[in-house]
Amino acid sequence: MAEILIKNGFVIDPSRKINGDVMDIAIKDDKIVDKVGSGAKVIDAKGKVVMAGAVDVHAHVAGPKVNAGRLMRPEDKLFKSPDAQEHYRMEMGFSIPSTFKTGYDYARMGYAFVMEAAMPPLHSPHVHEEIHDTPIIDEAALPVFANNWFVMEYLKNNEIENAAAYVAWIINATKGYGIKLVNPGGTAAWAWGLNCLGINDPVPYYDITPAEIITGLIKTNEYLGLPHSVHIHQNSLGDPGNYTVTLDSLKLAEGVKAKNKFGRDTVMHSTHIQFHSYGGDSWANFESKAKEVMDYVNSQKNITVDLGCVTLDETTTMTADGPFEHHLNNLNHLKWANVDVELETAAGVVPYVYDKNIKVCGIQWAIGLELGLYAKDPMRTFITTDHPNAGPFIRYPRIIKWLMSQKAREATLASFKYTDKVIDATNIHGIDRELTLYEVAQMTRNGPAKSLGLSHMYGGLGAGLDANVGVFNLDPKNMPSDPEMIEKALLRAAWFIKSGQIVVKDGEITNHGNKRTVWVNAKVKENPQVMRDINEKFLKNYTVAIGNYPVWDSLAPNPLVIDIDVEA
Amino acid sequence: MATITLKPFKTPELIIECNNITPDAFAGKTPAEIAELEIFEGKVREKLGDFFSVTGSSGNTAAETDILIDGDCSRVKYLGSKMTVGTITVNGNADMYVGGWMKGGKIHVKGNVDSFCGIAMEGGEIEVDGNAGNYVGCAYRGDWRGMRGGTIHIHGSAGNDIGTFMLGGTIIIDKNAFIHVSTHAEGGTVVIKGDVEGRVGGQMVKGDIYVFGNVQYMLPGFKEIDRVQKEIAGESATFRHYIGDLGERHPKSKGKEIYANLYVKASA
Repeated sequence: MAEILIKNGFVIDPSRKINGDVMDIAIKDDKIVDKVGSGAKVIDAKGKVVMAGAVDVHAHVAGPKVNAGRLMRPEDKLFKSPDAQEHYRMEMGFSIPSTFKTGYDYARMGYAFVMEAAMPPLHSPHVHEEIHDTPIIDEAALPVFANNWFVMEYLKNNEIENAAAYVAWIINATKGYGIKLVNPGGTAAWAWGLNCLGINDPVPYYDITPAEIITGLIKTNEYLGLPHSVHIHQNSLGDPGNYTVTLDSLKLAEGVKAKNKFGRDTVMHSTHIQFHSYGGDSWANFESKAKEVMDYVNSQKNITVDLGCVTLDETTTMTADGPFEHHLNNLNHLKWANVDVELETAAGVVPYVYDKNIKVCGIQWAIGLELGLYAKDPMRTFITTDHPNAGPFIRYPRIIKWLMSQKAREATLASFKYTDKVIDATNIHGIDRELTLYEVAQMTRNGPAKSLGLSHMYGGLGAGLDANVGVFNLDPKNMPSDPEMIEKALLRAAWFIKSGQIVVKDGEITNHGNKRTVWVNAKVKENPQVMRDINEKFLKNYTVAIGNYPVWDSLAPNPLVIDIDVEA
Repeated sequence: MATITLKPFKTPELIIECNNITPDAFAGKTPAEIAELEIFEGKVREKLGDFFSVTGSSGNTAAETDILIDGDCSRVKYLGSKMTVGTITVNGNADMYVGGWMKGGKIHVKGNVDSFCGIAMEGGEIEVDGNAGNYVGCAYRGDWRGMRGGTIHIHGSAGNDIGTFMLGGTIIIDKNAFIHVSTHAEGGTVVIKGDVEGRVGGQMVKGDIYVFGNVQYMLPGFKEIDRVQKEIAGESATFRHYIGDLGERHPKSKGKEIYANLYVKASA
């Protein structure tokens, strides 16, 4: 490592409100600095845009369900795996790429950090082994909590302190990052073949409601002062008319204040909101409620969302929302994998083809983009595809193209088989907003970093931040008239520097980088009751002994640990 | 029409993968340019000319190009892979994946073919004078989209897993087949002129199977409903008509459930 100077680029850095000024960015070792000596390696970025390394707030890139997808879909690799680059590893797969392809493709798009969005605590060693196997990008993982027996028992009695002690124990044991909720209560109900479709449906056999689980975990999160807010996949995902459930659960955050030392001022992240913004009461009268949902999100300062845009590809859906995957399999009759994770969660995997000749898929595509276009605060609205559920992450540049160009949106819309029906059920036709690169940088860099409580390391180009810098073949003062050029430029960075190392040059990988695993070390007051409960359940209910449960340090050999200490 | 003749002169140490032996790849090229086309022996890139002598001339378009392989291709995979038009004739045997993902044109193999002949084929014609291995006209591993169109005619016998996940097109086997015919199929027609061991039509949703010989072990999911007179593949006969697989889901059309049909020639 040494000094690098990126000269004369158009710098876009919302963290310092810099919008396209011609500036130099200086790097010393793995940090951005104010200036470097004359011996620094110079990268000429003249006529190119320079942005911070991007931050993906939600993707499924490591762990048992991703691997189940790879195993059950050999056809995902057929004709979709490029020849190996010399000196680098084989890259395989499209919607569920191999670990190496995952790392390489994210780096080629200038991504520095990716959050694995659902880690089953019991299988956290597998998650960390795969994270370790994914080169270049920094990663963290969110353990899932909303269907966990302990959590439901403590929250039923409103024992926030006990819930916090348990959450802290799990986060430490699994080297996790925060609190993920997937279909609160519904996945637990799935063990009996049931589901919770509304937030006030009681969870069968547990005497608690999804609303109580959500509220309780928000309180737990702020009690602990974790860097990220709770990260929620809501109930009733993918059902026509579910937008009312979405609004009901978002309202649970009203009036709650963030308490943490990481500069985060939001208390709920509602993920892949596209899947939760549906109107109508059947697939026949299915329609967009993006405006209703986004109007509410715009009006509330303490929630963030990510889009979960449908990219119109053949992909592989995978979620801890077990009942949803069963429902989806009944719709498309393809392959289905289903697993129950003891006291903690469940998961399902089903391949899915988002076909532009199917009306519903066209409407889903429109809803994802409408949400991005209705967003008033790009610092609270992030671009994702819920990879791989609505599409693979390599389509992020395509989504940005659609968000930045009405021409590109209308061209795609016109290529549908049921263009008129999609227009009738959505508002996409005629929305003339075109996002700027500055707003895109907020949605992909500054915003997600802030929501994750990581803006002291990622998402900006100020001195002292990690040296993650992407240089792209785009001129923000003179954007190409052909929207395809936007996608092309963002898919393959001209340069990408990750932690001070040049990892991509001219769109190709040049270095395996120094990947890190980020996790939270949560220190709480000793809680004998919770420890007794944990020991008892391991003896009575778990198939593994407590000593074999935590993730060994050797599985995450490049740690970046964030310490929190709760004074209780 | 113009004919390019390939004559194998060297037996490869490993089995070679020749996705490039198609009229589409040869059209408009001189023999010298064709000899430069890339093939794989294991992970090593080689040239077509390292294993075949190339003579004759190709047409300006693939439709005007005929390829004659005058010799044995027992160690050549992926002949005619993804071809759209034109013809390939092999005076000998061929290895796996003959005509895989083929969209049009015709392939005639005068000897035997190994497994995966016509895998995920979409159109065109494959004719094999000898026997075929396993997986004739099947889907790629894991895929639910098998053969969609075209015709595969095997004049000899075939192995197991014929027409797995078949969606359309026709497969004719003149002699016998082993097990697993049209498993998971949702369309298409398979005709077996000889005997089949069993597992015919397992988890089949839609489509037709004709067996002129004996099905040694019938699956329990098929129910005999009537006897019908049918003409298929140039032969007319009376068949016992079964529907199934009753254990599988079945779509409805005009309020009536659609089943797969299995026709077994009635003994006289």
